[in-house]
Amino acid sequence: MKGFLAAAALVAALFVANGLLAGSLVPGVSISPYFLQVISLAGINIVLAVSLNLINGFTGQFSIGHAGFMAIGAYSSAYLTVTFGERIQAALGFLPAFGRDGVLLLLGLSIAALLAAVAGFFVGVPSLRLRGDYLAIVTLGFGEIIRVFILNIDAVGGARGFSGIPRLANFFWIYLFAAATILVVYRIVHSSFGRTLVAIREDEIAAEAMGVHTTRAKVISFVVSSAMAGVAGGLFAHYLMYIHTNSFTFLKSFEIIIMIVIGGLGSISGSVLGAVLFISLTEGLREFAQYRMILFSLLLIVIMIVRPQGILGHKEFVTFLTRRRRSIGAAPGTTGAN
Amino acid sequence: MTTFLQQLVNGLSLGSIYALIALGYTMVYGVLRLINFAHGDVYMVGAYVGYYLSRKLQGEEPSIVSALLVMFGSMIVCALLGMLIERLAYRPVRREARLTLLIMAIGVSLFIENVAQLVFGPDPKFFPSLAPRTAFLVGGVRLTSEQITVIAVSLLLMLLLRYFILKTRTGKAMRAVSFSLDASRLMGISTDRIIAVTFALGSALAAAAGVLIGMQIPKIDPLMGIMYGLKAFVAAVLGGIGSIPGAVLGGLLIGISEVMVVGYLSSTYREAIAFGILILVLILRPQGLLGRVQKEKV
Repeated sequence: MKGFLAAAALVAALFVANGLLAGSLVPGVSISPYFLQVISLAGINIVLAVSLNLINGFTGQFSIGHAGFMAIGAYSSAYLTVTFGERIQAALGFLPAFGRDGVLLLLGLSIAALLAAVAGFFVGVPSLRLRGDYLAIVTLGFGEIIRVFILNIDAVGGARGFSGIPRLANFFWIYLFAAATILVVYRIVHSSFGRTLVAIREDEIAAEAMGVHTTRAKVISFVVSSAMAGVAGGLFAHYLMYIHTNSFTFLKSFEIIIMIVIGGLGSISGSVLGAVLFISLTEGLREFAQYRMILFSLLLIVIMIVRPQGILGHKEFVTFLTRRRRSIGAAPGTTGAN
Repeated sequence: MTTFLQQLVNGLSLGSIYALIALGYTMVYGVLRLINFAHGDVYMVGAYVGYYLSRKLQGEEPSIVSALLVMFGSMIVCALLGMLIERLAYRPVRREARLTLLIMAIGVSLFIENVAQLVFGPDPKFFPSLAPRTAFLVGGVRLTSEQITVIAVSLLLMLLLRYFILKTRTGKAMRAVSFSLDASRLMGISTDRIIAVTFALGSALAAAAGVLIGMQIPKIDPLMGIMYGLKAFVAAVLGGIGSIPGAVLGGLLIGISEVMVVGYLSSTYREAIAFGILILVLILRPQGLLGRVQKEKV
């Protein structure tokens, strides 16, 4: 009951915020469309960063193809809404416009999550069976290959890009899914399965000796993470209304990695912080666009030398402030507060 | 049959390039257990250094001497670059978790790519020809002088590397470090020096590959290292990561299969074939063709 009330409060708050920001609630009160877009894209980045942190930060398996799963989600959901959108909306004629759009978006996002999860399964099983860094190279390859494949599918625009996608996502939906992602990852990490993942991160051999089916746990974590990237892709497509494979290159994957490395591998609030910091820096340094990635890559190198665990490390924001020794899975004396 | 032989020759010359890059991956993996993501970018820098050197020498006629100068110049610059990367980026975090090392490698790779886009310009450049171009017809198969150069130079470099690793003191030390870093330190081997030498050698080979690809496919751009690096890494895994003959075999196999797929199926799958091979290797024979199974011990 308490959870239900909290969810209802969240939905109501987002709904009001959405109305306020778009200027439809109180006439004359709104923010610039540019700022609204930056905030919305930050929400999508939060979904991406938090989901990537599940596999990279909490499970300790390095994936660098998150943009590939995002592309699958973006293109599959956009294909659904563009091709069947009108028929589905006609069938839902009894609902108000907001409801029709919402149902259609949810359908698109379900397809996005499903296909990204299937792709994650087929990428994850061969590479996660093995120890070491194979996942990194397989996901990097996969991310580029899927992009080349999409580029050659004419039904989704190929090299022209995919345009004419209905604008179904807005601030409300993006932040609803950002909250859902944070909740799901939080619940996973704080469950016994989450303990399993952290055990794999800390010492895979020891985890296996304790009876953990490591491959199974790693694949589940990776599939969940990929599905969420697919949802982020679907939101991205239905927010910007136009997608091109150039948005899903390895650079996008690296950007998401930079977000979670800055914020802290293995910290949910860290990923949120990293995502917001990243997009603020990106927008703030727009004049210096050509130096931006140099700055970010230097930041990555310096953080690895000075503070390899990221700003928050394994800790969450609250525990980071109160300096209590309560971080997920931190062995006493190693990563706990000093 | 002639078509097949022609494809085989084309595949061999492309495969030699992959093999040269794969050697750097496999050697660094051997000593540090690190996928050196920046290796593909060192190869790209090699191609650009070659480009600028040959522009400098362009007043003269294309000749073997200037070609050699370009090749050696590029190899020396990249050997220094490789040692610099190792010293500044990898050595400070060598004792940290492997994930830290991996993220560091990604950071270095991104850094080189973006600096290269700024310094060299993001648009592709066209490599001037270093040697007079001719082609020979052997039994219906067309052999260009570039292809012969590529195959001959790669073969020579691989033989030199083999000699270095098997017959010299430093080579012996490299094998020891690759077997066990800690044990070789205890035996009095200066591991820091050996790791630096490994990076220098691998980077020099990548630079040679960069100049050779410039001769063969004269278009170079600052992001070319990514795809070539990825395929060369797949080659190293296919041959057995850590195994030097494996890297050569893997490189040639990847090159040949890529050319065959483009020739007989469709160029759409050009980038996908290496990836497909990687998945198959990981499922069927994770240790690679010539690799040994390594038991993980606590």
